[in-house]
Amino acid sequence: MTDRVAILRQRDYLIATIQGDLSDEEILALRDELAERVGRYRARAIIVDVTALDVIDSFVARSLRALALTARLRGARTVVVGIQPDVAIAMVQFRLDLEPLVSALDLDEALRILDVGPRRALDG
Amino acid sequence: MDDQIHVRIGCDDDLVAARAEARTLATALGFSRTDATLIATAVSEIARNIVVHVGEGEIRMEALCNDTRYGLRVVATDNGPGIRNTSTALEDGYASRGGLGLGLPGARRLMDEFEIETEVDRGTTVRMTKWRQRDELERLRDRDRRAS
Repeated sequence: MTDRVAILRQRDYLIATIQGDLSDEEILALRDELAERVGRYRARAIIVDVTALDVIDSFVARSLRALALTARLRGARTVVVGIQPDVAIAMVQFRLDLEPLVSALDLDEALRILDVGPRRALDG
Repeated sequence: MDDQIHVRIGCDDDLVAARAEARTLATALGFSRTDATLIATAVSEIARNIVVHVGEGEIRMEALCNDTRYGLRVVATDNGPGIRNTSTALEDGYASRGGLGLGLPGARRLMDEFEIETEVDRGTTVRMTKWRQRDELERLRDRDRRAS
């Protein structure tokens, strides 16, 4: 696993913090690693912090979506946090569709959604 | 300004370099953070196209400057199989190899100018440019420099 992603466990959540631009391979490795750790730690949710990503192109977007779908099959929900304003603008202009990915402003907000939010907030 | 940057594209690690170089040049040319992100995203997309469809190629980025605006031009070239039908390749949803078919049309939406030249079995060149209007101060400074 790359050292450009730190994965912490807090209660039954996994928090994966991306710390710099990742290659395609590293993103796919992150997906695999999280799918495995969901089982190992019996995690109910994954929070992926992408604050450090200054480009989210179609591959990265698709990979984040795949990560969330994979985790869902393993019984965990995923929230992506920290999409930068200019990255959000680029994604919209690109017309990247992340459905059914859930995103939140930051870690606090993600924890709030996961702690108290009704399931429908995540399942849309 | 004669900044010109070459990035050889051969594997997906090179995309990281291409994105970083695009952002650095865009910032040096005074593009906003948002525009720099749009450019870096478009560069990432066409660089990935090279890696996925051809294997190797090159991306050249250069600064353009005229009386009213600055530009950043990106030229991506490869010697691959070419694109048989460019208008289809530019349609949303078209994907020749398992992607979602977002790459080229997406990149086109992020830039101001976008064109593809391709020849079957010879290769493909994608040229795209983003412009930025020069502000009054920049124009005056330039005029002073020329006068002195």
